[in-house]
Amino acid sequence: MKQLGFYIDSSKCTGCKTCQLACKDYRDLDVKRSYRRIYEYTGGGFVQDGDTWIQNDVFAYYLSIACNHCTHPACVQACPSGAMHKRDDNGLVLVDEDICIGCQHCANACPYGAPQFDKTRGIMTKCDGCIQRLSEGKQPMCVESCPLRALEFGDMSELREKYGLTADVAPLPPSSQTLPNIVIKLNKNSKPTGDTTGFLVNPKEV
Amino acid sequence: MSNNTDKTTGATLSRRSFIKCSSAVGAAAAIASGISLPFKSKPANAAEASTPAGPEKVVWSACTVNCGSRCPLRMHVQDGEIKYVETDNTGNDVFGEDTQVRACLRGRSMRKRVYNPDRLKYPMKRTGKRGEGKFERISWEQAYDEIADTMKRLIKDYGNDSIYLNYGTGTLGGTVTKSWPPHNTLIARLMSLCGGYLNHYGDYSTAQIAKGLSYTYGGWAHNNSFSDLANTKLNIQFGNNPAETRMSGGGLVHHYVASKNLSKARTIIIDPRYTDTAAGREDQWIPIRPSTDAALVAGLAYVMITEDLVDQAFLDKYCVGYDEKTLPASAPANSDYKSYILGKGEDGIAKTPEWASKITTIPVDVIVKLAREMGTNRPCAIHQGWGLQRTANGEMACRAVAMLALLTGSVGVSGGSTGARESDINIPFVRFPTVDNPVSTSISMFLWTDAIYRHQEMTDKTDGVRGAERLSNPIKMIWNYAGNCLINQHADINRTHDILQDDQACEMIVVIDNHMTASAKYADIILPDLTTSEQDDWAMDGKASNAPYFIFAQQAIEPQFEAKGIYEVCSELAKRMGVEDEFTEGRSQAEWVEHLYAETRKQDPSLPSFEEMKELGIYKRQYQRDFIAYEDFRKDPEANPLNTPSGKIEIYSEALAEIAATWELDDDEVIHPLPIYVDVFEGHNDPLTAKYPLQLTGFHFKSRCHSTYGNVAELKAAARQELWINPIDAAERGIKHGDMVSIFNDRGEVHITAQVTPRILPRVVALGEGAWYAPDGQKVDHGGSINVLTTQRPSPLAKGNPQHTNLVQVKAIKKA
Repeated sequence: MKQLGFYIDSSKCTGCKTCQLACKDYRDLDVKRSYRRIYEYTGGGFVQDGDTWIQNDVFAYYLSIACNHCTHPACVQACPSGAMHKRDDNGLVLVDEDICIGCQHCANACPYGAPQFDKTRGIMTKCDGCIQRLSEGKQPMCVESCPLRALEFGDMSELREKYGLTADVAPLPPSSQTLPNIVIKLNKNSKPTGDTTGFLVNPKEV
Repeated sequence: MSNNTDKTTGATLSRRSFIKCSSAVGAAAAIASGISLPFKSKPANAAEASTPAGPEKVVWSACTVNCGSRCPLRMHVQDGEIKYVETDNTGNDVFGEDTQVRACLRGRSMRKRVYNPDRLKYPMKRTGKRGEGKFERISWEQAYDEIADTMKRLIKDYGNDSIYLNYGTGTLGGTVTKSWPPHNTLIARLMSLCGGYLNHYGDYSTAQIAKGLSYTYGGWAHNNSFSDLANTKLNIQFGNNPAETRMSGGGLVHHYVASKNLSKARTIIIDPRYTDTAAGREDQWIPIRPSTDAALVAGLAYVMITEDLVDQAFLDKYCVGYDEKTLPASAPANSDYKSYILGKGEDGIAKTPEWASKITTIPVDVIVKLAREMGTNRPCAIHQGWGLQRTANGEMACRAVAMLALLTGSVGVSGGSTGARESDINIPFVRFPTVDNPVSTSISMFLWTDAIYRHQEMTDKTDGVRGAERLSNPIKMIWNYAGNCLINQHADINRTHDILQDDQACEMIVVIDNHMTASAKYADIILPDLTTSEQDDWAMDGKASNAPYFIFAQQAIEPQFEAKGIYEVCSELAKRMGVEDEFTEGRSQAEWVEHLYAETRKQDPSLPSFEEMKELGIYKRQYQRDFIAYEDFRKDPEANPLNTPSGKIEIYSEALAEIAATWELDDDEVIHPLPIYVDVFEGHNDPLTAKYPLQLTGFHFKSRCHSTYGNVAELKAAARQELWINPIDAAERGIKHGDMVSIFNDRGEVHITAQVTPRILPRVVALGEGAWYAPDGQKVDHGGSINVLTTQRPSPLAKGNPQHTNLVQVKAIKKA
């Protein structure tokens, strides 16, 4: 079976959020819904030494995360209606909007915050990998939007062959939980999953 | 559960329904071969919808705001409405071959600007006090007549120099719609045909560096393009932050990162903030106290000079005033740069790393190591941003930073630099023809508020009046086109508010814009402008390293409401002023658009035809060379002198010595022939620090381009306006991450949430500039507008805006 997923180059990502806004525009999302979210993880500090300030490993980096179309999707397991499902042919995790009852169990279950509740329609929505665009031979909107060329999308076996297996980095949860279909190129500043030296700077933005 | 069907549309999926896809993009094609749509086909799906949608067209438009880039936007239009926005997706996007010009998050949100609830819908006339936002709807005819009648009266009673064109860069990237510099605008064309206008010089972006470095290099100071970072050994970004100031992928951040990655040059970022340009792409971040850049440079120079690491041959041959050998005859003894550094000059202070450390807060060993790195990696790349010059003595700070390029002999060579901001290669394009302004008088763009109420005091020696010894008239009328410097982006909003309250002083303010900005609320007459999406224009001047381009931005949708374009507005006014034929030269806007391109093609016949450009939308060139600033001068300085009085790079400027001796300055203002360090007003040594101990600096914020896009809800939510404050300062004030705080000084008060972050130096706080001013009844701003706190006191030489030099206090007011 084919499994599609994202490559995320955190060494290039400047946290500009163009991917997020391009997606919101294309999918016509309201202010509160973001299929793609950009996490800023920051730490380090300063020590005073006489007239000077010594900066002790101040760091920051960004991670752009959409839906990871996990191999073991927590959202699908939590869904009581069967609306949330994983496709056999390409591994994308999708919502059947006709079936969804809007209970939001999937949103609570997903450790990446991917499902985004549409209050107006009372149903769950999420990144579908721009399946319509894929069918037209195009890339997902976020991938084509990235000013830094930090995103790619494709067959995971090819992405992993090209870029390796890394899917663990703070502040993401351990990849063993859901087997996310992402490959991350780590930023120089990256800290391991579970790190406590930094903090998520922008919880209200993700 | 998992399955092969998706009931989104009630259709069953068929594995046979492979979509034959374009092979233009290999990777995408490979993916698409495995994708089947979760419904039968697109037309069938569309037909099932209750209201059949019309055919979709894709129109090339553009984002022409003042970010430094100009981005193509491909508007997907259906039934007369923009449905979504794409950007340049042509070609293979191989860097250095066919780089796509990708819009940033703001351009991608253009739809929300065009259809914004703040859109100005029809002409309006003020009914309340200025700033109250009370207006009545009027007709275009009435608006034109009232403006023309007032202009005629003011010209008769006061003269043309009582009519001022305010700074505005909302459509900087347009050609017909161009809003700055003033003489390039259609307003100026109209006014010049009517006898002229009071001009301004300088700009809120670069006032101090444009003036300061002109004495060093002669005219606007260039630097090597970012593409040349591929050839350098050492990359020093001194307050330069392309990730936040040049965000689009056709702009510079992509060129910066990709070029730097080619050389893998060691990268050092000097900035009070740990910027997004850094964020893991740097080898070292050196945080520096704002307004002390010249002190760091002096400390670095001391190490390089005393350890014999300077390029003496370069300094001897190409520069004036490095040491006594090249000092002009008029200069006093020991007034050369080397004497200043070594303590043999007038102040007798050796600018040791220890001296610099105390001023900058940078540890001595960091300064010494940096100096040695620069001195042993000559030539090296040193680019300065424009933040450090937007300060109370930015003229000297920017000249000081250029010293690093001179000491290392980096000018005019590959892998080197001039210490100015990066330059680019451009494609020449014919501009809308200008008309000479019969009025020669010009003021600093920053002093228009003063020129309303104290014009009689303003002279060349006191306030930098140019083109005349003094102002002979007050400003009685202001044209404010595509700009927010009437309130939001001008310093000291509360002072401006007070000055503008007297509508017998400045009698007429005309605001032409798309949205009800803070500035529009102070208008006497508002004229609703078209957005770029609603008209044809050329967009150019996008900074793009060695990959320049221009865009044919074409009308995507019909004009919204009663909005009209600037060309029609000025033509109608020209009719009433009796200069219509001279103004239009018989052409419509569409005819001008075609004419300007025809003129451009006369100069460069290799460009595509006008008809081809309609299809292409964007025309790009990739040069296989870098822009090397002053390359000819470096090769042969005799044959290719600079535009300085000496023809050389002037470290010591006789012209500045003359100004220093003749201008009237306050005791804490310094103009000096050398790029020396001086303490500035509202700097870290100002006694005012007892009351306001924190230095406040602004920065360009990703959710806006200055104030443009500042009313787009999606952007405001994606990147929230917050005050950056270090955990050390926050802890001393009981402030936690996300708390509501008050930022205040004697000029005003802002309430906004705190972002407690180690990414900023202690004793410094930072607020993104451009947030929309949102005052309550008590003059407290709740939008996070930095200009409630900034000063209208100008810098000494350029009379520019020191909007990054502010002292404030911060206190917690509400827990998160």
